[in-house]
Amino acid sequence: MGAQIKDELTKKRWPGPEDVYNIILAGVGGQGILFAARVLGTAALMKGYDVKVSEVHGMAQRGGSVVSYVRFGRKVYAPVVEKGRCDLLVAFEELEGLRWLDHLCTGGRVILNRQRIDPMPVISGKAEYPKEIPAIIRRRAGSVELVDALTIAGECGSLRTVNTVLLGLTARFLPVEEEIWLETLAEVAPARMLDVNRQAFIRGYRYTQPSGQA
Amino acid sequence: MKELMLGNEAVARGAYEAGVTVATAYPGTPSTEITETISRYKEIYCEWAPNEKVALEVAAGAAIGGARVLCTMKHVGLNVAADPLFTLSYTGINGGLVIVVADDPGMHSSQNEQDTRYYALAAKIPLLEPADAQECRDYILTAFSLSEEFDCPVLVRLTTRVAHTRGVVIVGERKTAPLWDYVKNFSKYVMLPGMARQRREIVEQRMARLAEAANTYSLANMYVDQHADTPGDTLADTHTQTQTDLQLNRVEAGNGKTAVITSGIAYQYAREVFGEVSYLKLGMVHPLPERLVVDFAQGREELYVIEEGDPFLETQLKALGIRVTGKKLFPATGELLPGVLRERIFGANTKEEKEEAKAGAQVEAIPTRPPVLCPGCPHRGVFYVLKKLGLTVLGDIGCYTLGALPPTGAMDACICMGASIGMLHGMEKARGPEFAGKAVAVIGDSTFIHSGITGLTDLVYNKGRGTVIILDNNTTGMTGHQNHPGTGFDLRGEPTNRLDLVQVAKAVGVRRVKVVDPFALTELEKAVKEEVQAEDPSVIIARRPCVLLDRSKTRVLVRVDEEKCTFCRRCLAIGCPAVAVSRTAGEKKGRIVINETLCTGCMLCVQLCPFGAIERVER
Ligand SMILES: Cc1ncc(C[n+]2csc(CCOP(=O)(O)OP(=O)(O)O)c2C)c(N)n1
Repeated sequence: MGAQIKDELTKKRWPGPEDVYNIILAGVGGQGILFAARVLGTAALMKGYDVKVSEVHGMAQRGGSVVSYVRFGRKVYAPVVEKGRCDLLVAFEELEGLRWLDHLCTGGRVILNRQRIDPMPVISGKAEYPKEIPAIIRRRAGSVELVDALTIAGECGSLRTVNTVLLGLTARFLPVEEEIWLETLAEVAPARMLDVNRQAFIRGYRYTQPSGQA
Repeated sequence: MKELMLGNEAVARGAYEAGVTVATAYPGTPSTEITETISRYKEIYCEWAPNEKVALEVAAGAAIGGARVLCTMKHVGLNVAADPLFTLSYTGINGGLVIVVADDPGMHSSQNEQDTRYYALAAKIPLLEPADAQECRDYILTAFSLSEEFDCPVLVRLTTRVAHTRGVVIVGERKTAPLWDYVKNFSKYVMLPGMARQRREIVEQRMARLAEAANTYSLANMYVDQHADTPGDTLADTHTQTQTDLQLNRVEAGNGKTAVITSGIAYQYAREVFGEVSYLKLGMVHPLPERLVVDFAQGREELYVIEEGDPFLETQLKALGIRVTGKKLFPATGELLPGVLRERIFGANTKEEKEEAKAGAQVEAIPTRPPVLCPGCPHRGVFYVLKKLGLTVLGDIGCYTLGALPPTGAMDACICMGASIGMLHGMEKARGPEFAGKAVAVIGDSTFIHSGITGLTDLVYNKGRGTVIILDNNTTGMTGHQNHPGTGFDLRGEPTNRLDLVQVAKAVGVRRVKVVDPFALTELEKAVKEEVQAEDPSVIIARRPCVLLDRSKTRVLVRVDEEKCTFCRRCLAIGCPAVAVSRTAGEKKGRIVINETLCTGCMLCVQLCPFGAIERVER
């Protein structure tokens, strides 16, 4: 079974469109992942890429894990990122970063927000929150950016802009210019939140890790 | 113009451009955003119906009345609407009628994985299946032209990954559809047996014509005038450049002798894995374009049928005598993700991959993050009381189904919307009247109005004595807070006539109707105890708005007095995310702490503490 197709695929095990960039945004319901994913997708579209952004709605939003896949490139087919093929994992929360780590490609990049949100089994004392997540992630990833986006968001005037801080940091690693990001942000963010969002985005975009952490 | 749109938004956009003037729906993941998007197009009358059957009946009336009409629901909703669907297939319509149904392979937010394609087969109507957001928009336009040309309702099937994926969509302008004359036509619309027999023959003829048309049906006429003034934005931009791309069922010729027949999201997954082989991508999966399929299959050395879920296409291809590889190789359950396809084709992982997987999994177990009732959810106290009283709980579908999970764990069954009341009554009839003293039905307000009223009518009419608890949080919580008849507001948030749950319960003959506050645990417990003991049927309405509807009200919260707390952990019985166990390393006992950012001040935990260790503080 399948001999023919195996030959045809020139013995190459993973013939997927090589020029597609794969991002995973992972976190917890309420952290604003869908907004960040939408800005990422829209900016990539403005830059002229084909884009797919998959979202999670419904049941998973009741405090559960939330994940969004963003893929862009010349032509994107599937809206999901497969295990081992994620170029950039943006973890809005540490445990969720760990949960999606197996999706990272060899040498992939992780942006890890130093926020911890206990899941119910930990809250009720039935499970323990894993220790030293940054170290575990560092062992597997090509590079890791650690950031305390909550504190930065607070400094920008709204704790709810954690997502935009992380978005800004993510943007820095993508082939889209700063003007396009800011333009997209103005389009997608609600008008009355635009100023703090812009500030949060720039703080993320210009963020550098305190030395000794990387 | 190019926009990044959710599949569901693109469906709404397609309906808008097609000149739809009436849209009806009942919410259900993953279909809900279609109607929410439509509500922003002022040209379209739109409504939440109390359930899918009513939604389809309203749509049928509007379509027979001459308009273009969209009706949307989730997959299980079509079970509820199946009755009008099957006979609408006979009567046909007048204006256009497109029914969009969203399936949920993998059951992200559903109780089953049923496949809507079988409804098209059984009801003898065409079904289109878009594979991305652009096709969502394109196929809706096409579905309306099919619907009017062939005088029948058309099903459009989405799946979660199509409905909830944003993609690039080229949009056009709205065109005004004519309101066709309504002419009384007794033999077409009154399905007495004599007339139905005649229409039955017409259905067969229609399906034969549709099957023929499917071989060459083109999307092109949808575009000709719509993109006239923007020459750059043509269909050729959206898809690749050849003429065949305008086919609803299109052939993409590739390299080699391997070929794939596929449709919907499975097409995207197949492209990802199989690369540049030949594809027959079906846009219309029922009826099948037989000639096209047979021609395509001719002389292929390896032919695969890639479809998510049941072997719907495969069975029909095999009936045509075509040799294909399908479910023998690929799973029929869950999502058919690219990784799954790869594994089935290439076999299990290579050694390197296994090692890498191991490196990734070097962490001890990663704690799960299950969905939970929100802090301050009015449902929580009810399940605490039901568990405490050890009652059998016939449950229903909504946020409150989460009450089935530990630590409350107070639910025995949950099948489909509205089932709780009938099941309670049936259990009582099977196990005797004493059983009614040990059981309750629990049902949300939206669910009660959807399909609980008939169950309650049955219970009263047939002399049951059961107790029904209606969890009235004044919204349809689970699907994202839609209004329903009990809220007194319509889809667009305008005030309207309000259904009164107390009056409804009384009107079907329930004499014992109580309204209680689910935050008042003692009172709630007393009410439940009393009503399950009562000889007569009873309804308890646990009334308090969903905490997410108005967060600004929470001015109080609670704090633990460490002196008084004995770590008895009784407060953990409600499973509130704001009540946490904290343990420093090496410490055996631990402490209870309140997470102040999560606490909404509902005071449930305060009521549970026998030592008065949790106290109220003003914010
Ligand atoms: C036939 C059918 N239609 C729609 C749905 C989607 N759905 C799940 S629960 C629910 C209603 C929830 O509202 P309510 O009963 O008020 O409970 P709440 O979530 O507010 O607690 C809906 C519409 C479904 N499961 N089945």
